[in-house]
Amino acid sequence: MYSMSDIRKNLKIVLDGAPYTIIEFQFVKPGKGQAFTRTRVRNLLTGNVTDRTFKSNESLEKADVEERQYSFSYKEGENFVFMETRTFEQLHLSATLLGEAVNYLQDGMLVDVLFWNDKPIGVTPPTFVELTVIETEPGFKGDTSTNTLKAAKTDTGATVMVPLFINEGDLVRVDTRTGEYMERVRNK
Amino acid sequence: MTAGDHVVRGRVVWATEGRLLVEDDHGTHGLSWGEAREAMIGAFAELVVASGEEPPRVVRGSVGAPPSAAFPRHGGDWRAFHDGERVAIRRLRERARALRVIRSYFDAEDFLEVETPIAVPSPGLDVHLDALEVRGLGAPRWLVTSPEYQMKRLLAAGLTRVVQLTKCFRRDERGARHEPEFTMLEWYRGFAGADALMGDTEQLTARVARELRGTTHVRIEALGARSDGTDLDPPWPRMTVDEALWRHAGIGLAELLPDEERFYRVWSHEVEPALGFAKPVFIVDWPASMASLARLHPDRPAFADRFEAYVAGVELSNGFGELIDAAEQRARLERDQAERRARGLPVYPIDERFLGALEEGLPPCAGNALGVDRLVALLVGAPRVADVITFGSERL
Repeated sequence: MYSMSDIRKNLKIVLDGAPYTIIEFQFVKPGKGQAFTRTRVRNLLTGNVTDRTFKSNESLEKADVEERQYSFSYKEGENFVFMETRTFEQLHLSATLLGEAVNYLQDGMLVDVLFWNDKPIGVTPPTFVELTVIETEPGFKGDTSTNTLKAAKTDTGATVMVPLFINEGDLVRVDTRTGEYMERVRNK
Repeated sequence: MTAGDHVVRGRVVWATEGRLLVEDDHGTHGLSWGEAREAMIGAFAELVVASGEEPPRVVRGSVGAPPSAAFPRHGGDWRAFHDGERVAIRRLRERARALRVIRSYFDAEDFLEVETPIAVPSPGLDVHLDALEVRGLGAPRWLVTSPEYQMKRLLAAGLTRVVQLTKCFRRDERGARHEPEFTMLEWYRGFAGADALMGDTEQLTARVARELRGTTHVRIEALGARSDGTDLDPPWPRMTVDEALWRHAGIGLAELLPDEERFYRVWSHEVEPALGFAKPVFIVDWPASMASLARLHPDRPAFADRFEAYVAGVELSNGFGELIDAAEQRARLERDQAERRARGLPVYPIDERFLGALEEGLPPCAGNALGVDRLVALLVGAPRVADVITFGSERL
């Protein structure tokens, strides 16, 4: 159990039977009044973010969560097969569980799989990935502005908004947290 | 050293080929020097500087080794550490100026500055304040959560204007606006009421603002609060607790009062963050059940003669028209003890010398306690009170 003085960012707790991580917290206390700890928490199963307030004498259940590193092996039917990097143990995950990560998977890519009570509940791809553009409208030569964007499809299946000068075959760096284009890595 | 040359002794805070910045007690000096190079950053330098040139030129000097290895706590990144310390030093100077203004205000008002003990036989029985115990002083002692009892004993002894700047300690209070060890400004006026104390609070805040900001119309971005323009000029408006609740939470005191927890939840989540933006505000007419050491209001006995000052959503001070009736005070302290016992909280003793002072007779009086760290933080734009404390609890 955690007490209010244990609260810090990224602490994993159980609320209403689900695992949560603390994103933000704030101690509030009117001088002569009761103290509260206001928190913003993310549900690790659904990704939903909510505000929760705790009283100073409340305690919080510790969530038994653990992150382990896997590498992506191949797709098998509807499932995606990963391999534990130390034990080589295989893990089959569904597209639903992978969420956004499914759009960035590349052969051998290292991902962090989050387990709660030994069950996989989420996958975090590397923060930055390099993807090849396979489909986009032709670029305008010399247009180096980054303000106007167009859609581009990548080899992993992600659709990314990219500047006009990007062409099919270009390698682009993408932030997987936001799905945003960062920069062109090199031309075709 | 020729006439007109002077010596600069301080820390090299930035350097490149031919140029460097040295910080000493007087500020930061930009200097030109053929021997300057980046590796000097962080070192102490003693430099003879020729006057009358722009930028001033170093004639000769010596520079010690940069202390990068000496700060392993900061991952060896001495510059990151030093940037933090540099901000702290600038704020220390601002804090010292604020303290000077506070002292000169009370001096001009004919107050006596006192220092009462920090380790006391009873830290106060307020249900929402927990104290730190001190061992080794012979008798049970706790660190003051406020120096109230001892200052009131001074009033009973015949002083009528007393002021104190002291460290107070409150257990488990840590956040952007709270530090377990903080500085309290507490003052009492005998033969005066809450009005006089509110007047002091306004005057004092405006003067500190003029000293630190050069104006009383200030933008505030501090302690998680933001105001595009707050007018600190006296007088500040007053608003009752009930009015503040209706205005900012759409609910009245009568409905909330039976459920104290709900009251504090609504107050701290919805009302406080909305108080005192265009101008600071005094919140008055606290319910009698939240009187603490305040007397009941002479005209409205359902309410306590208590006031709190708010600036940009931040509680700055809490003051009372003081309770001077010894029997009533004893009854309240015993009630607080019972409440603490019922809640499983440590039950501190009743300070009999404090009650003895009330029995001997306290003049009608009013007092106020103001958080100095919060005042300074608001005016210098510090994100946390810890940023204006010499070494906040996390840097200690």
